[in-house]
Amino acid sequence: MSVFTLAGPERDAALLPRLAALTERHREACPPYRRILDAIGSAPPYERVADLPWLPVRLFKTHELRSVPEDQVFRVLTSSGTTGQRPSRIYLDQEAAAAQTRMLAATVRAVLGERRLPMLIVDSRSVVRDPTLSARGAGVLGMMNFGRDHTFVLDEQGLVDAEAVTSFLRRHGGEPFLIFGFTYMVWLHLLGLGGDLSQAVLIHSGGWKRLAEQAVGNAEFRRRLAAECGLTRVHNFYGMVEQIGTVFLEGPDGDGLYCPDFADVVIRDPETWQEAADGVPGLIEVVSTLPTSYPGHVLLTEDMGVVRGVDDGSWPGKRFEVLGRLPRAEARGCSDTFGQG
Amino acid sequence: MSHLDRLRAVFRMALNLPPDADVDDLRYRAIPQWDSLAHMALVAAMEDEFSIMIDTDEMIDMSSFALAAELLEKHGVGAAAR
Repeated sequence: MSVFTLAGPERDAALLPRLAALTERHREACPPYRRILDAIGSAPPYERVADLPWLPVRLFKTHELRSVPEDQVFRVLTSSGTTGQRPSRIYLDQEAAAAQTRMLAATVRAVLGERRLPMLIVDSRSVVRDPTLSARGAGVLGMMNFGRDHTFVLDEQGLVDAEAVTSFLRRHGGEPFLIFGFTYMVWLHLLGLGGDLSQAVLIHSGGWKRLAEQAVGNAEFRRRLAAECGLTRVHNFYGMVEQIGTVFLEGPDGDGLYCPDFADVVIRDPETWQEAADGVPGLIEVVSTLPTSYPGHVLLTEDMGVVRGVDDGSWPGKRFEVLGRLPRAEARGCSDTFGQG
Repeated sequence: MSHLDRLRAVFRMALNLPPDADVDDLRYRAIPQWDSLAHMALVAAMEDEFSIMIDTDEMIDMSSFALAAELLEKHGVGAAAR
């Protein structure tokens, strides 16, 4: 059962009642969230998903936002957070933790299938060994569920372990296998590998900032991987710890990021907060039905993005592109809109 | 050794528990030893011990010893041992 089935209009109709119900559930159960909604005067009925009240994603750094009693908290996730910032804290109860794992699995199944595939990880094993897991470690660990015979491309010193890779490709190179890594690490280490990766499915994430500095965009990234490694099944994804389990996955043709059926994006003009027209860049708002234990179902990110098309690509719904971070000063303005709740 | 005893041994080994540890009531993440990394080691060890292939969804759903035993039955391991 694919989770990439809902066309634009039916998606809004399917998501609106579920997201509106979550808004009321969190309003009831999370006092700081209720104070924010009171302060901005937000109340139902909501006519469209874009009408729902959003939270700036950085509020999870400054506020303890949870909608379940403390003794029901099963896992607390933290984001990396840039220097000098407090990390986000995301509270999951058992139900929300189970749902996020399951729905992430359902999402990547669209490109991996049911089977756990032999897995090459463009990172070093130490990244998952740290008990206070970094966001990068948590990302790797989350993806490892979809693999078997996990093999790390880098050794403990961060150098390519050519022997491990060669031996992995000898064992699995002739059958479908999975490669996962952060975009910049993939660019840095996979291209020089020299192996035949034509049977692989690459899933990568983590942002384009460092590649943009080298003037490398997605098209060039895909072109080089195809030309030098034979790697043509390449899927970038966009997601964040504040909406754990929800990933926006690049379609098979590389024509944008697609939303799974339980999620969507709204692009907002950073001056007026109105929904931007398709093709017009703005701030990315992400919505998802997965955050049931904390009010993270409608989040305004600090990333700029643009909708490239709706119901006109490999999968139904919006396809969009992430353009990069909003400059800091403007981002601060956006959280001021909500004051300190 | 019965398949359940073999499964108990796999649990103790993969989760680094003492040889006499009672594992029958264990639940995922209820003890520090059974974290997500150990879960993958456990699934790989079960696949090796019983020569089965466990799918992503089966792995995610296997959140207790009891469910692991059920999963073996589903793969025909219990039946073969009787």
